[in-house]
Amino acid sequence: MSATAANRDTPGIYSKAGSLRAERRWALWTAYISLVIAAIIFLAPPFYMLITSLKTSGEIATMTGNPWLVRDPTLENYTAIIFNPMFQRFMLNSIIITTCVVALTMVISILAAFALARMRFWGSQVLATGVFLTYLVPDTLLFIPLYQIVGGLGLLNSIFGLILVYPTLTVPFCTWIMIGYFASIPKELDEAALIDGATWSQMLLKIFIPVALPGIIAATIFAFTVSWAAFVYPTAFVTTPDQMPLTIGVVSQLVRADTFAWGQIMAGALMAALPPVVIYAFLMDYYIAGLTAGATKG
Amino acid sequence: MAADGSLAVSGVSSVSRGRANTMQRFARRRSTIAFMMTVPLLAIIIGLVAYPAAYAIYLSTLNRRMTAFAGTLNFELLFDSNTFWNVAFQSCFFAITAVLLKASIGFWLAHMLHHIPNKGQRKWRGMLLVPWVIPPALSTLGWWWMFDPSYSSINWLLAVISVPEVPWLGHPWAARISIIIVNVWIGTPFFMIMYLAALKSVPEQLYEAAMIDGASSWQRLRYVTLPMMANIISITVLFSLIVTFANYDIVRVLTNGGPRDLTHVFASYAFQVGILSGNIPRGAAVSLFMFPILAICAFFVLRSVTRRNKEQM
Repeated sequence: MSATAANRDTPGIYSKAGSLRAERRWALWTAYISLVIAAIIFLAPPFYMLITSLKTSGEIATMTGNPWLVRDPTLENYTAIIFNPMFQRFMLNSIIITTCVVALTMVISILAAFALARMRFWGSQVLATGVFLTYLVPDTLLFIPLYQIVGGLGLLNSIFGLILVYPTLTVPFCTWIMIGYFASIPKELDEAALIDGATWSQMLLKIFIPVALPGIIAATIFAFTVSWAAFVYPTAFVTTPDQMPLTIGVVSQLVRADTFAWGQIMAGALMAALPPVVIYAFLMDYYIAGLTAGATKG
Repeated sequence: MAADGSLAVSGVSSVSRGRANTMQRFARRRSTIAFMMTVPLLAIIIGLVAYPAAYAIYLSTLNRRMTAFAGTLNFELLFDSNTFWNVAFQSCFFAITAVLLKASIGFWLAHMLHHIPNKGQRKWRGMLLVPWVIPPALSTLGWWWMFDPSYSSINWLLAVISVPEVPWLGHPWAARISIIIVNVWIGTPFFMIMYLAALKSVPEQLYEAAMIDGASSWQRLRYVTLPMMANIISITVLFSLIVTFANYDIVRVLTNGGPRDLTHVFASYAFQVGILSGNIPRGAAVSLFMFPILAICAFFVLRSVTRRNKEQM
């Protein structure tokens, strides 16, 4: 009887298995097709920017034929933009601002995260929650009062004004993810160090920073990309080209030229976007760790 | 939410009773050091976030030349203006549509990425995150050129499949949709990467158990994946809702509020009124409207997240 039952069941099982395999193959095909379509759409704009930046002004001006192809590629847009003193100034400003902001951010957030993760004091709980809530406050909510405050300090139209306000964009998130990384370090490590007579500063420098290095790299990358890409504050606080960082410089100054030099604009935009993209290409895992840490630790 | 902060040391007190006095002093000193270490952070939170927020409220009650107290005049004038209601509608329409699209496309792509063999995932993930990595103001510049009315490369592609020309940035609704397209393009990778991280954290055994119980793939998604990801989904949606609602760069670069001020969102309108037209109190009033809306969203999302966290414990 069991044999007949088995006989009756086997075809069923096989057909089920067959359909499962078919289902899986179908699922794989859907996956690849969706990913290919997504990749084409996601990469089309930067690709088109690259194509445009390789065209001569004449070719763009004719406005005929397939815009997605370049007929006689040239690098003249890139040489023009690289030797443009205004663009060099933007680049220099961006580098100065970003370096200062990243350094400031990392010092502030590592110190604060260490204190909040390991040393309890009055109000530390509230402060940790406050850090998270501060991160939720968007920059566009604060730029008008900050405009007044920065103006009151006489720092409008100056990269120092930007260095002062950019930490509001970077510090809360960096502190938040550093608290998470520091809290995940086993407590035995610092107990051992305490017994060996380590001071707090030694503990931070010799244990926490080396152990949490991946987190520090992720936070640094975050601070870098955010301050490189910041747009609202420089747009509001800076109006003279010689103090502008790249983002607003490319958008306002290159576009403002009488004839739209699209080739140069696109070359400038791509050059300006290059540093974050290069960092992303080489440190993708840290970049993604930094992105996802914010929410998963929450 | 604050659970991370609470992991601070509490073990030092258990060393020995005889030295309680020294220990006490030590603890006092430690808390002083700890407080000193957070002073720069406090300075930023109080000086550059909390104080400006309060200052914004004060500013919004002044008259145009900021010489006298004007009460709620700025708000009343805003409520009377059609432009303001357009801005409010456009902000909400833009934020809700864009976040829904980003969340669903991101969810779909994360699933697709999760399904393909592991060794290919890195490559695909690397490619698909590119829109998120390029500074938004600069990639929007590229989109602007693609939407350019005289030589639009998108219209050229549409012409290939014989779709008539679309006046991307010239017509109000087309411009609204263009802004949403660009925002979705920039923001979807973020959702995708968050969801992918969440999908990877769902234990495989749960799916196996569900399969043995005969759950269909829809049921596995509905009763295993979604509940396991609920917290990450809501946090990601909250982050994205805030950033999208407060968005400035895309509108500034793509349409600058035009045509006829119909694509302004709160941030760009506040900028227009407050900085460009020099009416700082009115601009502050506009940007303050973002606060209650965002605070209510944040409150409900964070409350549901903490509640779910407690249930799991």
